[in-house]
Amino acid sequence: MIVANRKTVPEIRDMIKDHERVLLVGCGTCVTVCLAGGERETGILGSALRMSLKLIGRGDVVVDECTIERQCDDAFFDPLASHGAEYDAICSFGCGVGVQALAERFPNTAVYPGLNTQCMGLLESQGVWAEKCAGCGNCRLGEFAGICPITRCAKRLFNGPCGGSREGRCEVREDLDCAWQLIYDRAKNIGTLDKLEKIAPPNDWSTALDGGPRKIVREDQCIAGMGPKA
Amino acid sequence: MADYEPLILAFCCHYCAYAAADLAGSMRLQYPNNVRVLKLPCTGKLEVNFILAAFERGVDGVFVAGCLEGGCHFLEGNLRARRRVERAKVLLSEIGLEPERVEMFNLSSAQGPRFAEIVNEMTTRLTELGPSPFRPPRGAEEGVREMTIQAEANLINTTSECR
Repeated sequence: MIVANRKTVPEIRDMIKDHERVLLVGCGTCVTVCLAGGERETGILGSALRMSLKLIGRGDVVVDECTIERQCDDAFFDPLASHGAEYDAICSFGCGVGVQALAERFPNTAVYPGLNTQCMGLLESQGVWAEKCAGCGNCRLGEFAGICPITRCAKRLFNGPCGGSREGRCEVREDLDCAWQLIYDRAKNIGTLDKLEKIAPPNDWSTALDGGPRKIVREDQCIAGMGPKA
Repeated sequence: MADYEPLILAFCCHYCAYAAADLAGSMRLQYPNNVRVLKLPCTGKLEVNFILAAFERGVDGVFVAGCLEGGCHFLEGNLRARRRVERAKVLLSEIGLEPERVEMFNLSSAQGPRFAEIVNEMTTRLTELGPSPFRPPRGAEEGVREMTIQAEANLINTTSECR
């Protein structure tokens, strides 16, 4: 799941304060689950922004809210299509993908982010999310007992641990588990310690963001004659 | 402002504060008449947007009154409410309002006098803070009434339909 957290009220207020009509658009998918940008949070921010704008003498700015099922899929924009154009600015409470999808759908409207998109993470305990995947495009979790050294080792070591591993913790932060301790323990449990004997070769980073923004194409799913956008 | 009398919205739990308010009445206790009570089945029902909705409608202060800690009918509703009140305080500060305008209290249904005390305490505090900048010219009564009706229909600040 994509994990995000909200920007502060003054930050969002200052982005939208020079507009006349602003639509806050929530997203009903990942950011709802991580309690950052769903229907409830968008409602809260709507109230907060209206009050905050009033206090700086911009009470005339209209702030409405609307939450759609998913911002990362154009098909879900239909509820917005009819009246999205009535606003001169949109503030997205989706992840960075949602913000850009809205910008594409409404080319003549200013679009702002209401959230800071953080990572792809897992709910660790109620209210706590931890990053688990860097989306490097070349998954090697099978080599590392199912624990990702790219995401979870501060040095991204493929042949760890380093000298900073202390009693299972990383030297970078006290609350951070040493990924290589976790990899070792789990490999031992599942009987694959021998895999760690081999030197893991460097990663092919061309599949990650280093190779420019990625595009995934499934030819068999593309509608005939309407291949991927150039 | 000499004639300023704060309007307070109280979110009261059915099992304690609401009964305590009733008891305060039966005991003929005197307390300021500027508090409007909105009954919740448990303060765990309270959401942060209820509090913000009240301020947006112009109330000067809000208090949430739940059962004594450890005594919640639903085990931890009052503890959740306390966390939500804390979050509302953070949001109020970001908005530019005094976070002291919202407070959480705990009492039992037998504490009628404590209910009166809480209303007095909040009234004094809000009188010192002065009126809310969002108070409509004709007062917040109408907004509070509207909100009570919305609360009964479970419709406070919902955004499911695109407006």
